[in-house]
Amino acid sequence: MSNLNEENYEEERGGFVFDNVTRNMFMETKGYQAPIAMKTGTTIAGVIFKGGVVLGADTRATNGPIVADKNCSKIHFIAPNVYCCGAGTAADTENSTALISSKLALHRYSTGRQTRVVTAMTLLKRMLFKYQGHVSAALVLGGVDLDGSHLYTIYPHGSTDKLPFVTMGSGSLAAMAIFEERFKDDMSEEEAKSLVHAGISAGIFNDLGSGSNVDLCVIRKDSVEYLRGYDQPNERNYRTSYVIPRGTTATLSSTEEVLSKQLIINELDDRMEVAP
Amino acid sequence: MTTHISPQMASSGTQHGKFEPYVNNGGTTLAIPGKDFVIAAGDTRLSTGYSIHTRQSSKVFQLTDKCVIVTAGMQSDASTLHKTMHARLVHYEHAHGKQMSTEAIGQMLSNMLYGRRFFPYYTFNLVAGIDSKGQGVVYGYDAIGSYQSVEVGAMGTGQSLIQPLLDNQVAYKNHQLVPSKELDLERALSLVKDSFTSAGERDIYTGDSVEIAIITQEGIKYETLQLKQD
Amino acid sequence: MSMDNFGLYKLMHEDAPKNNNPLLEQPTLAKTHTTDPIVTGTSVLAIKFNGGVAIAADTLASYGSMARFRDIERLKSFGKYTIVGASGEYSDFQYIEEQVKQSLIDRDYQLDDGRSTTPREIYQYLVRVLYNRRNKFDPLYNVLVIAGYENGKAFLGQTDYLGTHFEDVTLATGYGSYIAQPILRKFYSEKNGNITEQEAKDILKKCLTVLFYRDARAADKVQIAVINDQGPKIDEPIKLETQWTFKGF
Repeated sequence: MSNLNEENYEEERGGFVFDNVTRNMFMETKGYQAPIAMKTGTTIAGVIFKGGVVLGADTRATNGPIVADKNCSKIHFIAPNVYCCGAGTAADTENSTALISSKLALHRYSTGRQTRVVTAMTLLKRMLFKYQGHVSAALVLGGVDLDGSHLYTIYPHGSTDKLPFVTMGSGSLAAMAIFEERFKDDMSEEEAKSLVHAGISAGIFNDLGSGSNVDLCVIRKDSVEYLRGYDQPNERNYRTSYVIPRGTTATLSSTEEVLSKQLIINELDDRMEVAP
Repeated sequence: MTTHISPQMASSGTQHGKFEPYVNNGGTTLAIPGKDFVIAAGDTRLSTGYSIHTRQSSKVFQLTDKCVIVTAGMQSDASTLHKTMHARLVHYEHAHGKQMSTEAIGQMLSNMLYGRRFFPYYTFNLVAGIDSKGQGVVYGYDAIGSYQSVEVGAMGTGQSLIQPLLDNQVAYKNHQLVPSKELDLERALSLVKDSFTSAGERDIYTGDSVEIAIITQEGIKYETLQLKQD
Repeated sequence: MSMDNFGLYKLMHEDAPKNNNPLLEQPTLAKTHTTDPIVTGTSVLAIKFNGGVAIAADTLASYGSMARFRDIERLKSFGKYTIVGASGEYSDFQYIEEQVKQSLIDRDYQLDDGRSTTPREIYQYLVRVLYNRRNKFDPLYNVLVIAGYENGKAFLGQTDYLGTHFEDVTLATGYGSYIAQPILRKFYSEKNGNITEQEAKDILKKCLTVLFYRDARAADKVQIAVINDQGPKIDEPIKLETQWTFKGF
């Protein structure tokens, strides 16, 4: 930004400013470490069946070896008939799907027609290609429109694939193994749900970047079923209780203030209970 | 180990060349000493990167009738260390007609680790046993043999999640009021189980199951608790 | 995942721009060790079944991205009770086979005491050999799967060039650990470990087919071997059946 005067800056509308890239690379050589973004080391997948598309995702978000979110939502809304699973940097998948979703909404208001899956795919790939892979979003895009069912993968650099069964993320090999073993043309909805469930489960149990629950989203010709928490195979099985008596933690100073004369305070038990 | 990368190597895009002899196989270990008991535990997940090699690889190794070692870090170094210790302990027993004391084992491990000062065993050890006074004792080590007796010890990938909790709940760190009652075996055991289930929730390298060794004057008992498989 | 897994691009392009600054040059080593595998085999798969172990691998040894030797054996019997499967540097596996046979298997005949080296002994020995070479910074670039059946007990273990070793009911090396292991683990737990010899061979064949679809270094010519109370039996290579015609393809 520094080398742009106010007039020039006004002309730059939308998108990222890359002015600091060179400075940042220089700073890295001097030992500065850039902040790390939350990644979704993920298993996401989609399958086409006779009457539509089934999308699936695990719900783990990681920050290095630490689980940052145990139940995050990776299947994003694009349009009433189009949904999109995201892997990669959480902020990038969330913002790129939200941006394209918003553009498509305006497009629908303008044209009065249903969004086509290929339109969503094209907008996403154009955006990702424009940013040359710096927007780390690996997507599985699925939906049903007047041309039928469609399923795409979109890579961070902007390339796309159109296939009847796809997987993405760090658990993509585990999920793809299951799909390669069991996929067949013209499956029923139940068969497709079971296959995607098995694929995502393979990612959850075999890939350390994936975990927790299975989310599914079934998109049919005239309806959508978003099945958040379709399977929860990783409930915690042990928990102990901690009793911490009042006065355990050191107090440096304390002040008392009457909050309100109307407020009735029920004296609680003299302990703080955490967990059941 | 520093890797020399010449400019043309960096530009070719591939990290060509030097052999990397170390790997972190993940996992968490833990030990709590009590007045007349000691508990040592380790999860059984063996992994590299994002892959689980097996869900059933033990980190606990029994050294004598009242002493065990739990090791996190690199599995092949850990198993080599365990085997070498075992050999020396068998030798000692044949020479002296008795098992080595826990205190002596503690010093021996330090010597063995320091002996590899310039090509260290990539291991993080806790030795847990009953000492010659009949009290529970835990020795904690770094990779090259610095060691001390600890009030509570956690090692491995889950260390940063577990150690602060146990410092507070076992060693009563940052407590104004210290409970008059000694930490009993039952409470210690439930803290161990809760520590591992908690670490299993948030550390991707901790999981599958936890193997717990409970050592008293009567001997060593083992318990296993299932952890999450994801 | 790197496109040039074995760094062969650099190896084959000696005209790549050279660094001319003498201060930045790498020190010349008196002795050079294997730092990259050259001729490599991909995945080895194995699963335990009732009364034995099934183990499988394809017959390809690659030279970088070239399918160099298409009819080599990566499964070898080691004595009366054991089969060893190898992925990684093929010459190192040939060296291991030669050495181990000399020091363990032939010794059995010389001793003539009616006892043969057990699968677990061979496994432990291989672990020590590989770990020792990593300590010398001169590794044998392999991941080995050791399958055995002896004294009514099935054995299945794995060890790699760092000496990392473990036993399990299903094993897979290389790309197989990402692609085949999920299938094998699911199959084993759904069957509750109750698997026949035929079922074991079938699931391995299925996994090899999936690997052929998705591992660019895998081939469709494979060997499936079984070790049980009848000893080791390594089948002749077979050709995998494939399906490439789905509607959306």
